[in-house]
Amino acid sequence: MHDMSAPVAHQHAPPTSFIRKYVFSLDHKVIGKQYYGLALLAAYVGMGLSWLMRFHLAWNSTAIPGLQFLSASGAPGGVMTPEYYLQLMTMHGTIMVFFVLTTAPFAAFGNYFLPIQVGAEDMPFPRFNMMSFWVTFTAFLVLMSSFFVGDGPTLGGWTQYAPLNAIGSVGGPGQGTGVVLWAVSIALFCVGQLLGALNFISTTLDLRVKGMSMMRLPLSAWSWFITSCIGLTAFAVLMPACILVILDHVAGTSFFVASGLVMNDQVLPHSGGSTLLWQHLFWFFGHPEVYIAIVPSMGIVSHILLANQRKPMLSQRVLIYSMGALAVLSYMVYGHHMFVSGMNPFSSLVFSFPTLVITIPSTIIVLIWTFSLYGSKLRINSASLFSLGFISMFVSGGVSGFFLAQPSIDIMLHATYFVVGHFHLVMGVAAMFGIFAGTYFWFPKITGRMMSEPLGKLHFWLSFVGAYCIFMPFHYLGMAGNVRRYSTFVDDFLQPLIPVHKFITIAAFVTGAAQLIFLYNLFYSRFKGAPAPDNPWEATSLEWSTATPPPFDNFGGKHPIVYHDPYQYGVKSSVGDYVMQTSPEQVETEFEEK
Amino acid sequence: MASTLHEPPQIDLNDVLGAGNGGSINIPTDGGLRSVLHHSPAPSSSAIWVAMFAISMMFAAFTSALIVRKGSSMDWESFALPSILYFNTFLLLVSSVTLEVARRRVDAFMRGARSAAQRPTSWLYVTLALGLLFVIGQYVAWQQLRAQGMYLATNPSSSFFYVLTAAHALHVLGGLGGLIYITYKLSKLTLRRNTMVATARYWHFMGALWVYLMLLLWFKL
Amino acid sequence: MARLFAITIVVIAILSAIPILRHTWVAPEDISTHGALIDEQMSETMAEAGISFLAAQFILAFFVWKFSNRAPDAKLKKFPGGAKGLVIGALLVVGIEVMALGLFGVKAWANVYLDAPSANAMPVQVQAGQFAFYFRYPGVDGKFGGLHPELINEGSQNIFGLDPEHDVDARDDIVAAEMAIPVNKEIHLLMHAKDVGHSFFVRELRVQQDFVPGLDVSLHFTATKIGKYEIVCTQLCGLGHYNMKAYLEVMSQQDFDDWLKKQAGQ
Repeated sequence: MHDMSAPVAHQHAPPTSFIRKYVFSLDHKVIGKQYYGLALLAAYVGMGLSWLMRFHLAWNSTAIPGLQFLSASGAPGGVMTPEYYLQLMTMHGTIMVFFVLTTAPFAAFGNYFLPIQVGAEDMPFPRFNMMSFWVTFTAFLVLMSSFFVGDGPTLGGWTQYAPLNAIGSVGGPGQGTGVVLWAVSIALFCVGQLLGALNFISTTLDLRVKGMSMMRLPLSAWSWFITSCIGLTAFAVLMPACILVILDHVAGTSFFVASGLVMNDQVLPHSGGSTLLWQHLFWFFGHPEVYIAIVPSMGIVSHILLANQRKPMLSQRVLIYSMGALAVLSYMVYGHHMFVSGMNPFSSLVFSFPTLVITIPSTIIVLIWTFSLYGSKLRINSASLFSLGFISMFVSGGVSGFFLAQPSIDIMLHATYFVVGHFHLVMGVAAMFGIFAGTYFWFPKITGRMMSEPLGKLHFWLSFVGAYCIFMPFHYLGMAGNVRRYSTFVDDFLQPLIPVHKFITIAAFVTGAAQLIFLYNLFYSRFKGAPAPDNPWEATSLEWSTATPPPFDNFGGKHPIVYHDPYQYGVKSSVGDYVMQTSPEQVETEFEEK
Repeated sequence: MASTLHEPPQIDLNDVLGAGNGGSINIPTDGGLRSVLHHSPAPSSSAIWVAMFAISMMFAAFTSALIVRKGSSMDWESFALPSILYFNTFLLLVSSVTLEVARRRVDAFMRGARSAAQRPTSWLYVTLALGLLFVIGQYVAWQQLRAQGMYLATNPSSSFFYVLTAAHALHVLGGLGGLIYITYKLSKLTLRRNTMVATARYWHFMGALWVYLMLLLWFKL
Repeated sequence: MARLFAITIVVIAILSAIPILRHTWVAPEDISTHGALIDEQMSETMAEAGISFLAAQFILAFFVWKFSNRAPDAKLKKFPGGAKGLVIGALLVVGIEVMALGLFGVKAWANVYLDAPSANAMPVQVQAGQFAFYFRYPGVDGKFGGLHPELINEGSQNIFGLDPEHDVDARDDIVAAEMAIPVNKEIHLLMHAKDVGHSFFVRELRVQQDFVPGLDVSLHFTATKIGKYEIVCTQLCGLGHYNMKAYLEVMSQQDFDDWLKKQAGQ
C-alpha cells in the first residue's frame, strides 16, 4: 500500500482484446466514435425516410419500387398508404431529433473532445460512459424493431400527443406495440443521455488540468457543458412521462386517457386521465431539446470560426452568458407549443413573453459571430464554409420564431408547414451544418488523415443551396395554410400548392444525394486521405497540442498545463500568429477582453 | 494597446492529478490506507450532486403529474397508506444514522487511526441490512395494498402510489449496490474517500426523498 | 470561394423575400370580425422579421466578402463598437421590437380568447372524432341535450350519444355533417372531442383551436362574408387525419333558417 497521487501520471497501455478495444471500450474517444457512427447510421436512415415521404407528397399514387418489401400492408404494390406515411414521418422525426441531433454534436463530439479540451485522461466514470452508448444503441435498436413488429411503428408523430399515444391499437396501426416500443426506446435513450450528462458535467467541473479555469475553456467545451445541464433536466422529465405512457398501455392505468372516449362505438375502459398532462410533460422536455440540438453546434461553430478567422472573438464571455441564458429560458417558454392546445389562454400570454425574450440572447450570439468577422483574416475551407452556412441558416430559421412566439399569429401558423420550415432550418439544418463543420475540422485529429477539400466544398454548396430550396418554401406553404402531417392533399385549397411540393421534393432528392458525397469523402479520406499533421489548422486548444490521433491516455503520460485563454489568435509568437493554450510563451495581444 | 502577460500558474507538483484550477480539490488526504490503480479515473466530487439533481427532477415530474392528474379528475379515490410504511420510514432514517457512524469510522480508519486488520465494516453491514429490510418492507406494503384490492390500475391514486414507491425503491437498490461496492473496496483497502462520501450522500438523499414522498402521499392520496 | 458565398447568400435572401413582397402565397381573405388584428400583427411581424433577416444575411455576406483570404501581412482590425455596443444595441432594438410585438399581440389574442361571448351569441356544438366533424344545434328550446358516450352508435346515426327517450332537451337537437351559420351573427362554438385530439381550423375565419379529450373548450367568432369554406383538422388524429374535413357555409339569416328547418325535418 502506497500513496499513488503521483506527480506525473503514468502512460497506460490500451486494452488489447478486440472486444475491450472497439466494442465495450471504456475510452471516451472510442465511445465518441461509436456515437458518431450511430448518428451517421441514424442520419442516413432518417434521410431515406424523408425521401420516401417527399416522394409520396409529390406523387402520392405512384408506386415506389421495392417499398412493399419493407411493409406489405403499409405499401401494397409499393404505393404508400396514408397510415404508413404517418408511421414513416414519426420515425423520421424521432430518429432525427433523438438519434442524430442529440447524439452527433453533443454525445459524439463531446465525448471525444471534451476530456481532451479540459486536459483530462478520460471521463471520471468510464463505465457509465460505456453504458451511456450501449443503452442509447439499444434504444435505437428497439425503435427500429418497431418497423418489423406487429402493424409497424407508431403513427403518432414525434410529439406523441395524448390520448392517441395511450389508447392502444384501437387508435390505428402502430398505436399498440409501436407506441410501447417508441416509449421504451425513448425512456432508454433518456437513461443513456443522463449517464452522459453526469459524465460531461463532472468532467468539466472536476477534471480540468492546472491552469484551465472555467473561462479558459474553449467555447465548444462550454457548449457541451451547458447542453449537459439542459439535458440533465429535460431527460429526467421525459423519462417518467414515457414510463407513465408505457403503464397506460401494459398495466391499464389512466394517466393520459380521459374518461368517456368512444372508439368504434365502444367507450374506452379508461377513466379521468389528463391529456394535457402529457403535452405539458413532453414540451417541458421538448423545447429544451431544441437547445440540446443547437447549443453544441453553436459552440463547435464558434470554435471553428475562431481558428479560421485568426482573431479572437469580440466577447467570449458574452457568448457564454448568452448560451447560458438560452439554457435557462428554454425551460420558461415551452408553453408556446401549446397556444391553441386548450391550455388556459392567460398561460399562452404568459409563455409568449419569455419566448419573445429568448430572441435577445439569440440575436446577441449571431451579432457576436458576425461582427467578430469584422477585420479578420478569414480562411475559407469546408469547415469554415459550413460554419458560415450555419450562421445563415440559424438566422433564417430564427426569424420565423418571431411569428410563432405570438399566440395571435400562431392561430394561423400553428401545425402548418411554417412550423416545419422553422424548426427544420433552425434546429435541423443548422445543427446538421454544425455536425458537418465539426467533422471537417476534427476529422484529421481523429483519424490522422485530412478530408478531401474539393469534395467537402462540393458537399457544402449542394447542401447549402439545396437546404434553402427545400425549407424556405415550407414557410410560404405554411402562410397559405398548408397543414402539416397530411399524407395527401385532398382539400380544395391545397391543390394550387402541389407544384411547390413537387419542387421541394426534387430539391430534397438532389440535396439528399449530395450527402452521399459526404459519406464517400468520409470513407475515402479515412483510408486514402493525405496524412494530417498534429495541428493542421494552426489552432490553439488542447486537442491540437497532442499527437494525431491522440494516444490512449490523450496526452501520452503527461498532464498538460494551461497558460492562455483558449483563442489567442492574432498575436506574434514563435510559431506564427497564434499561441497554444499549453505554450508557456508570453505573448502580446491587442485583443484582450475586458 | 493593452499588453497582457499571461502569468504561468504556480504548480504544486504533488497536486497535479485531477486537480484543475477551478476544479475542487479531489486529492484525498488519506495517506497510506488507500491505493488507486494507475488506470482508475480521476475522482469527481460533483457527480453525486449532479445525479441527485437529476433524480430530484424526475420526482418533480412525477409530482407535477400527480397534482395535475388529481386536479383534472373526478375519479380520485383516497386510501389509507399501509401502516408498514411508517415502520419502513423509521428503518430508512435509522440506516442513515448507521451509515453516518460507518462513514466516520472508515474516515478515521483511512487517516490511519486503526490498523488494517480492524476494518470498520460492521456498521456498513448494519446499514446494508436496514436498507434491504426497507425494500422488503416496501414489498410488504404492496402486498397489503393488493390484499385490499388496490392494484396498479385500480385508481389513479393507487397508480401513483405504486409508480412513486417503485421508482424510489429502484433508486434505493442502486444505493444498496453502492454500499456493497464500498464494503468490497474497503475489504480490498482500495476505497477512495470520495466514493465513500458520495455513497453516503446518496443514501441520505434517498432517506430525504422518501420523507418527501411520504408527505406527498400523506397529503395527496 | 468567399465571394461566391457572399453572392449566394445575398441572392438567396433576395429570392426568399420576393414571394413575400409579391404576396404569391398568402392566407385567403379574412372573413371574421377579429381577424383584422391578427392580419395586422402578422404584417408588422413580417416587416420586422424580414428586415432582421435581410440585414443579418447582408452583413454576413459583406464581412465574408471583405475579410476573407486577405494577404498574410494584412492588419487585423477590431470592430469599433465592441461587444458592449452590440449587446446594448441588441437589447434596445430587439428588446423593444419584441416587447412591442408582444404587447400589441395581446389585443389580438384577447379578442378571441379572453373576451366572453356576448349573451345572444348562437351556440353550436362541434364534435370531432376519427375522422369527421359533426355539428349540433340546440333546436327551438335553445338547450342541448346531455351527452351519453355509451349511447354513441354510428350505425343508428346517434353520433353524439343523445338520449331523446329520457332527455327532453335532446329531442329537438339538430345534428348535421356540415356547419351552417348566419352571416354577421356571433357564434359560440362548443368543442367536444369524441376520441382523440383533433383541431378545428378555418383559414378564412382566422380560427384554430385544438379539441381536448375530456375537456370541453369553446370559441366565439363572427363571420362577415357569405360563402363556403373548408374546415380542416390540424391535430394528428390517426390514419385518416389528412381526410378529416367538413364545410362551413356562411349564409344569410333567411337561408340559414331554411337550412335549419330542412335539417330538422330530416
